[in-house]
Amino acid sequence: MQVSSTLRESLITGGKTVSDVSEDICRQVEGKPTKLWWMAFGVSLVLLGFGVYTMSITLWDGIGMWGLNKTVGWAWDITNFVWWVGIGHAGTLISAILLLFRQKWRMSINRAAEAMTIFAVICAATFPLIHMGRLWLGFYWALPLPNAFGSLWVNFNSPLLWDVFAISTYFTVSLVFWYIGLIPDFAVIRDRAVRMGNKTRATIYNALSFGWQGGARTWMRYESVALILAGLSTPLVLSVHTIVSMDFATSVVPGWHTTIFPPYFVAGAIFSGFAMVLTLLLITRKLFKLEDYITIYHVELMNIIIIVTGSIVGIAYITEFFIAWYGQVPAEQYAFINRATGPYWWAYWSMMTCNVISPQLFWIKKIRTSLVATFVLSIIVNIGMWFERFVIIVTSLHRDYLPSSWTMFYPTLYDVGEYVLTFGFFFAAFLLFAKFFPVVNMAEIKSILKSSSEKK
Amino acid sequence: MESNKNFVLGVFDDEDILLQAVTKVRDRGIKIHEVYSPFPVHGLDEALGYKRTRLPIAAFVFGMTGTALALIMQIWMMGYDWPMIIGGKNFAALPPFIPVIFELTVLLSALGMVATFLIVSDMKPYKWPQQFDLRSTDDKHILAIDLAINKLTKDDIGALLKDSGAQEVNDKNF
Repeated sequence: MQVSSTLRESLITGGKTVSDVSEDICRQVEGKPTKLWWMAFGVSLVLLGFGVYTMSITLWDGIGMWGLNKTVGWAWDITNFVWWVGIGHAGTLISAILLLFRQKWRMSINRAAEAMTIFAVICAATFPLIHMGRLWLGFYWALPLPNAFGSLWVNFNSPLLWDVFAISTYFTVSLVFWYIGLIPDFAVIRDRAVRMGNKTRATIYNALSFGWQGGARTWMRYESVALILAGLSTPLVLSVHTIVSMDFATSVVPGWHTTIFPPYFVAGAIFSGFAMVLTLLLITRKLFKLEDYITIYHVELMNIIIIVTGSIVGIAYITEFFIAWYGQVPAEQYAFINRATGPYWWAYWSMMTCNVISPQLFWIKKIRTSLVATFVLSIIVNIGMWFERFVIIVTSLHRDYLPSSWTMFYPTLYDVGEYVLTFGFFFAAFLLFAKFFPVVNMAEIKSILKSSSEKK
Repeated sequence: MESNKNFVLGVFDDEDILLQAVTKVRDRGIKIHEVYSPFPVHGLDEALGYKRTRLPIAAFVFGMTGTALALIMQIWMMGYDWPMIIGGKNFAALPPFIPVIFELTVLLSALGMVATFLIVSDMKPYKWPQQFDLRSTDDKHILAIDLAINKLTKDDIGALLKDSGAQEVNDKNF
């Protein structure tokens, strides 16, 4: 049934019929998890357990368990926060911006990428929440709720509060967008369960699908909802990292106080997000045998986005340096020279190597179409992007205005533990998603199987 | 009205043949109950003569509600209820309020529109849909015609559907 064009490479390979798509994707939801899945899930739970242990001690004894000091008051916590939020951005970019640009190749990967977004945002949110110390009071500090202080309201002039609104809106809208996409696919699993006579599964997936029927009128409304959600998510995703960057850019700390931050952070976010999508999807593709749905062509296109955003990030680093020199502010100049040659030179040059040099390898077609090379480079990019945030945050802070306050930052077991916590959660959640939810958007894939009309 | 409904179903496996069939059936003056598809078929809503959905209007109205709410909340809290000097800025300055205004606009617009969609489409977790054919979520397009509101007999409609390229013609009674 599949009609392939002579002009374009076909997006789905293997000559799939519409029915094959349901079969291939639903099979892993209906079957028992494999041994490999259990092993991966077990490892994630161990990481999560260790993380919960360190987090409990931090909450019990206080933030003093972290390596922060008077000079470096923000370090791993906010680095991890920005890193995770950035990772989330690729999911929304794929599902919203590529939908508006009518890029059909997004359809094989959007479901998994959006799931990644949601879990990454949860991971990100844990850091500011833990940093509050008494996080059970966090609602009163972060939201405009009436309180016992004569209603002393939150400060709407603060970028940190904008962050609360941006992250929670981003999480909610991404969750809704992802769920709306899942509804027709839950109905596929329900109807298969009815045919197999599995009543429990049919009831559960019917509830999940909100009793979806797939009438033409509902589909018409559904497509309209998806398009508007994409239209809303596009400026939203750009606003989120813009606002995250304002946490730094609106301050007066040399190295943070730069107007280049919003676009530079957004590009970096998409860059690291695509790297994480590749890391995850290359594993998922292998584990769930999705080679016909996520093809080398998809991997190549994502690698091209990595070249583009990686180059934007590289230009941003150079621009920052140029402006520091051109601006002739001694404090600013010192901040940048200290980054590259000071005690944290190794972090700076790891960032430069991983983020600026390594993605340029993707100009070579052999490398960007190689799965092994892509996997290795995607991890390198993620390491580089973590260092980027660490460099911006810690090297700008550790040289305070008074030389007597100059210091270094050393992470403790608890800094590391809470980073491990988010990894444990992220992979456990992703594995659960991949097992119980359809990992590829079946309805969308079915609609692109036959891209041109069949002649009778 | 709900008691004992009889339907004729045309089963199609190609969306282009389905589109032609819909036009053909409607040209004969037959009223189509609904077409059920595993994926959105472009042009099907026009072929069935459906009016464009007004959900974008709902999204806009909810969005504007969010904008107004954010504006009123921030101006009231920061400007009137408890004014505080923060960095010597105006109590109710507009520029720092823009991020929150934007976020609440998007939030209310998205949530309101999706809630409207679920309500107008009568979708709820505890509801079982009227299932005409279980294959309509897998790979078949099901064209359902309600016999009660059409003058033609079951056999005439069946013959027309077969003629328009339906693979199978089935009955369904609820």
